[in-house]
Amino acid sequence: MADPIKTQGTSNQTKTAIWNDPTFRSIAFQVLAILVIGWFFYFIFDNTLTNRAKSGVTTGFAFLNSTSGFGILMTLIDYDETHTYFDTFIVGLLNTLLVSVMGIILATILGFAMGIARLSQNWLIAKIATVYVETLRNIPLLLQIFFWYSLLRTLPGPKQSYVPWDNVFLNARGLYFPSPIPESGFGLVTTAFVIAIVVSFYIIRWAHKRQDETGQPFPSILTALGLVIGLPSLAFVAAGMPLSFDYPVLKTFNYQGGMRIIPELMALWWALSLYTAAFIAEIVRAGILAVSHGQTEAARALGVRNGPTLRLVIIPQAMRVIIPPLTSQYLNLTKNSSLATAIGYPDLVGVFMGTTLNQSGQAVEIVGMTMAVYLVMSLTISAFINWFNAKMSLVER
Amino acid sequence: MVRYVPLTAKERFTALQSGEIDMLSRNTTWTLTRDTSLGLSFAGVNYYDGQGFLVQKNLGVKSALELDGASVCIQAGTTTELNLADYFRLHGMKYSAVVFDTSDQTREGFESARCDILTSDQSQLYAIRSKMADPSSAVVMPEVISKEPLGPVVRQGDDAWFNIVKWTLYALVNAEEMGVTAANAKDMSMGKNPGIKRLLGTEGDAGMKLGLSADWALNAITQVGNYGEMFERNVGPNTPLAISRGLNALWNKGGLQYAPPVR
Repeated sequence: MADPIKTQGTSNQTKTAIWNDPTFRSIAFQVLAILVIGWFFYFIFDNTLTNRAKSGVTTGFAFLNSTSGFGILMTLIDYDETHTYFDTFIVGLLNTLLVSVMGIILATILGFAMGIARLSQNWLIAKIATVYVETLRNIPLLLQIFFWYSLLRTLPGPKQSYVPWDNVFLNARGLYFPSPIPESGFGLVTTAFVIAIVVSFYIIRWAHKRQDETGQPFPSILTALGLVIGLPSLAFVAAGMPLSFDYPVLKTFNYQGGMRIIPELMALWWALSLYTAAFIAEIVRAGILAVSHGQTEAARALGVRNGPTLRLVIIPQAMRVIIPPLTSQYLNLTKNSSLATAIGYPDLVGVFMGTTLNQSGQAVEIVGMTMAVYLVMSLTISAFINWFNAKMSLVER
Repeated sequence: MVRYVPLTAKERFTALQSGEIDMLSRNTTWTLTRDTSLGLSFAGVNYYDGQGFLVQKNLGVKSALELDGASVCIQAGTTTELNLADYFRLHGMKYSAVVFDTSDQTREGFESARCDILTSDQSQLYAIRSKMADPSSAVVMPEVISKEPLGPVVRQGDDAWFNIVKWTLYALVNAEEMGVTAANAKDMSMGKNPGIKRLLGTEGDAGMKLGLSADWALNAITQVGNYGEMFERNVGPNTPLAISRGLNALWNKGGLQYAPPVR
């Protein structure tokens, strides 16, 4: 049967002039828009290059191979002032990644705890969580960073350090603790650790399969935990404890040796985590409330206890609501880590877009590279969460 | 009309390159790299400075060579960072640099025991110390580890403006040498000394060659005084900074300030 409206449409099309044709119009306008935008960006690019050449500013990325000549407070790779500007880029990037990853982990744990706590039947716990969320998400992040940093700065100097534990020192320069040095034979422990992880992985899979088939639960998590901790410990004792420690020792000015967490990292990490956790808490609460109460009642009716109800019924359904907004919180945290420069944590913006830019003067190249890095980082996190979201989403049969 | 734009060390060159400001006049060190690769020109030196160290008195450090392993507070984006690295490398010492955005933050870091020493140009160190809660708790070390010639900077490509900035600076230094001050400049321009008359525009056409009016230098001197007067007013012994002339005395008084003649 012919659709009367459709037939009318086609007959109309033959009559109208091409500039009145909606399809042609929409394509034409889009092409025009692309051309204008393309020309605009080309103009900016060309204008920058011409003007820089005219005013005698060096352009290009050759500066990345020059010696940097300055020291950096905290480096995850081997670095000193004889390394190149490109190394300062890597140092800054790794420091940014470090604080972002640490922040995401802590914010997630704290956020989930606070989100669930806000829904607690216990009046006190619920109110504490409410106060936490309402306070922290309503104070600007930069102020929170300054707050934690100034708090850490009230710690005493190195000579009056707090000693909370043997060979652990806390002072205004950071937290110092012994660093482990593996000796010969430590490879055995590492091997045992890897084996334990692989075996646990298969045990968990087998347990899942068995439960699906027979309904018999198996304490797979506990078993795995025991394996991962127990097996390397056994190997450690068997190999004759092949581990020594490098202890921090007070020299003229500072503690030398051992490991150290600088106060800038601690302040930034706490501020970022606590701030973002407040938002995550709200997302988690919203996610849990989005699961209808009937689900809980149904689980109760089947005799499922409170813990498993939350773990097996509520959370899996809530996750579908939680994950998409969680992504933007992770992205926010990563981007907010650039506030590090306010307290002198050597992140990408502080080191590369700060000192390196100043010493080399290559503003356009360096700002461009830095923006590209944040873009790539954000897109990667986004892609990963999208993949995870697809995995968690409702499987329709 | 002069419009003053406050800038941090990090923003200063970009602001000048992009034309947001026409002259950069702050504690900017004249270096080869900055003169050649940034599209900028240094118009001269109005303050000969050098990098030094501010140390907590209770550490009992007598010389900068005893600073191995110290934590150092620095302001980001300055030549100071490079000099510090060079100095410690040269003497085989280690340091850890804590880099802040502004000078005030470096002072706070230093006061709160985050660092043992604070490094900057010596002129700056006196300014920082005067702002401390307890200025007597810190000492400026005698060592000067670098040459920091500070001066006004302009953008390349406008030679007439470059000349004006350069010769205004020289005119102020020449004025001090000739004894011309804000108070007596008017009278001196009517005096007998041909050199002074050339400077102040009652003889010759120096102003015209710069594209300015004949009394260009007279205007500058009556408004701000000669170099020496400016120094005394802003940083000299009777100001909170209490800096002595030192290297910045005139060449005939044992310093380095020497201006080419206006002729």
